[in-house]
Amino acid sequence: MDAFRRSSGGVRTKFDAPEAALLRSLIEQVMSLLDDADEGRADPAQEEPGQVIPGRDAGPGHPDEILDSSVHDIPTSAELDAMMGFSPRTRAPLDPALARLLPDAYRDDPDASGEFRRYTEQSLRSAKQEVAQTVLDTLPADGGPVKLSREQAQSWLRALNDVRITLGVRLGVTEEFEDEWRQLDPLDPRATAFEVYAWLGDVQESLVQALS
Amino acid sequence: MSVAPSEVELPESDQQTRPDTPWLTIVWNDPINLMDYVTYVFQTVFNYPKPKARKLMLDVHHKGRAVVAAGARESMEHNVEILHGYGLWATVSSDS
Repeated sequence: MDAFRRSSGGVRTKFDAPEAALLRSLIEQVMSLLDDADEGRADPAQEEPGQVIPGRDAGPGHPDEILDSSVHDIPTSAELDAMMGFSPRTRAPLDPALARLLPDAYRDDPDASGEFRRYTEQSLRSAKQEVAQTVLDTLPADGGPVKLSREQAQSWLRALNDVRITLGVRLGVTEEFEDEWRQLDPLDPRATAFEVYAWLGDVQESLVQALS
Repeated sequence: MSVAPSEVELPESDQQTRPDTPWLTIVWNDPINLMDYVTYVFQTVFNYPKPKARKLMLDVHHKGRAVVAAGARESMEHNVEILHGYGLWATVSSDS
């Protein structure tokens, strides 16, 4: 990969094919980690989307609609949360990488953290999915030139950071990462992951420099 | 507003915030976020000039945390939400 360079209206660089494939799979892994399908949300299979709701079929001005304004089908609290984009979760995720991606907003106040999470976690997850998708949309699977607007570059920075956080937590990196990496036995099973982590840091650093 | 813990310094401009809004946005040190990235985020999110953004980043790095903004609780929560979007480890705190 070449260093990112400033170009008209944004930045540009080039990824070779293996790098592009690597970054795309890492991004996809973070997206699947953020995908909450398996994480305690109401099971969609238990809902009945086809259920006929009384009064719902009545056309405009139908007597039923005018005379009977009560709601027939009271949504469950989980359904209401979903309608409003709230998360039913009020506790930090159990997965340490996910917990670092979606951290508590209050350090010593679980109630305030829970309330904050209820109102913001879903949109934070969506925002992280969106920036990850921007990388997938702008990074050719076979590598090649990448040209980003400043806005897309911002998405890249955030998505790269989410990948670094996820990998960094998995590897248990510390402030002494550089030393640890240098001293790591090349045959250590973590050697490849350390190298990928360092490479991601280089990519992000180069993008920050080009934007600064 | 009570005095902030000794190791935490309020950014200059925050001294102009109203004394009846004792809420803080705190960013904590972590071993993953790159120094230049954190500086860039402070510039982007708070529109701080680079020297101030860099000083705050160094405070986070060396002191373990820094107060990056002060004001009403709602706007501190808004800051934290944005900073979480950038992957920074940020919390809201009452300065009392």
